[in-house]
Amino acid sequence: MTMTLEKTVLDMTATELRDVNTTLQAAAKAQANAAYEIINPRGSHAMACGLDGPLSVTIKGSTGYYCAGMNKEATVTVEGSAGPGVAENMMSGVVTIEGDASQYAGATGHGGLLNIKGNASSRCGISMKGIDIVVHGNIGHMSAFMAQKGNLVVLGDAGDALGDSLYEARLFVRGNVKSLGADCIEKEIRPEHIAILKELLEKAGADAKPEEFKRYGSARKLYNFNIDHADEY
Amino acid sequence: MCGIVGLFLKKDELRPQLGDLLTDMLITMTDRGPDSAGIAIYGDETDGMVKITVQSDTPAEAFADLDAAVCAAIDAPVTIKVVDTHAVLTLPEAAEKAAIAALEEKGLRIMGSGASMEIYKEVGLPKDVAARFGLRDMGGSHGIGHTRMATESAVTTMGAHPFSTADDQCLVHNGSLSNHNQMRRKLAKKGVFTRSENDTEVGAAYISSRIADGASLGEALEGTIEDLDGFFTFVTGTKNGFGVVRDPIACKPAVMAETEDYVAFASEYRAFADLPGIEAARVWEPEPATVYFWER
Repeated sequence: MTMTLEKTVLDMTATELRDVNTTLQAAAKAQANAAYEIINPRGSHAMACGLDGPLSVTIKGSTGYYCAGMNKEATVTVEGSAGPGVAENMMSGVVTIEGDASQYAGATGHGGLLNIKGNASSRCGISMKGIDIVVHGNIGHMSAFMAQKGNLVVLGDAGDALGDSLYEARLFVRGNVKSLGADCIEKEIRPEHIAILKELLEKAGADAKPEEFKRYGSARKLYNFNIDHADEY
Repeated sequence: MCGIVGLFLKKDELRPQLGDLLTDMLITMTDRGPDSAGIAIYGDETDGMVKITVQSDTPAEAFADLDAAVCAAIDAPVTIKVVDTHAVLTLPEAAEKAAIAALEEKGLRIMGSGASMEIYKEVGLPKDVAARFGLRDMGGSHGIGHTRMATESAVTTMGAHPFSTADDQCLVHNGSLSNHNQMRRKLAKKGVFTRSENDTEVGAAYISSRIADGASLGEALEGTIEDLDGFFTFVTGTKNGFGVVRDPIACKPAVMAETEDYVAFASEYRAFADLPGIEAARVWEPEPATVYFWER
């Protein structure tokens, strides 16, 4: 462990993953708003997960499964790509991925901002419950499946079956949508949506105008079982 | 869950390091598949000759004078290299069929055959399997490896990957096929037979059968998307290169890396951590239902 004035550096060639996470979790709990830098992450799993308090963590390289899961208040930046399930069930704070994110990024997230500078693959924002996700590139198939609340903003294209069985999450896509899932429809963009987009694009440092996006949402036909809709299930 | 790794070298200078690099990748994938491990390595091609890799649980007796016995059976020169439970017999290409028949008659298990491919696979932790075969010291142009967590058939040598169903062709798989019995019967009607109860071997036989019918590697891999049902990330090796395809649902992970020196495949980025120049490599996730292949 090397102390510098601003941040503590943890080297994963010398420190075990469990010790890294224990150190980060204790620092988050201490509410001291400390800064950590993790070098040589070597694609490790579950890095910087379960942080429960204000803390800044920069990971210098790519991460494996479940990075920054359950994040609360902390700011986690991955200077590389992230494996499956990044920021899963995030509660608040900011998680930034400089590269690509693998499948189910931001799944079940309740709050905070997940900012993916590259592409996200399949099932991005699946069952999201209030999180904001901004993807600067494209997203894969079945994204926002059963998404309940929050905003998914995509500057690129979306894959097949976007927003299948969607509840009340708002989906904004600037590029093409390969296909919409069951009960997901295009909706009009009203001034309040422009305001939401403007704020999220600014927060994410995204180079796009709110007016360039289309909005997709739930047709609300699958909320209650209706035998006439049996084909749509 | 299983782990897959693959490495295709673009530069000959790295060839002596192939086994070493692949071994590290394979061992890193132990968490994904601790019950068996295997590797197909494509080394030097011997002109007009074929290499047959066989396995025996009693190698001391089985491999003693095996070269002489096969030589007598096929009436052609045979050399043998014994590596733990495996032996690689090198003999003239024309005598391959007769030699395989003679080896099978002796109760030996055929792992694969080809001008350049050798296959080594056993039950056990990847690090132990790698040490038994001395994988680190093996050179070659490309290789693929697998760490297995069995779901569809027993934990045995014959259930381990890679599966080879034609000369110089092999397949490793993460996932499970649900129409393998139906496909096995279909292939059997065409005279294509498998050696185990394993689902992946059927996938390998399907690809080999398509190639035998005149399809290119790319077309055969495209065919898996239509004709095989289930979950799969496949990596297939051929004499000249390797190919990758994932099913349309793509829940089995895959990541690729390319530099001027190599193309690498793995189930997880972790397996790339020790590759030279990985920091500057182009790293990406292969798209679902999309075929990728590299050939020299």
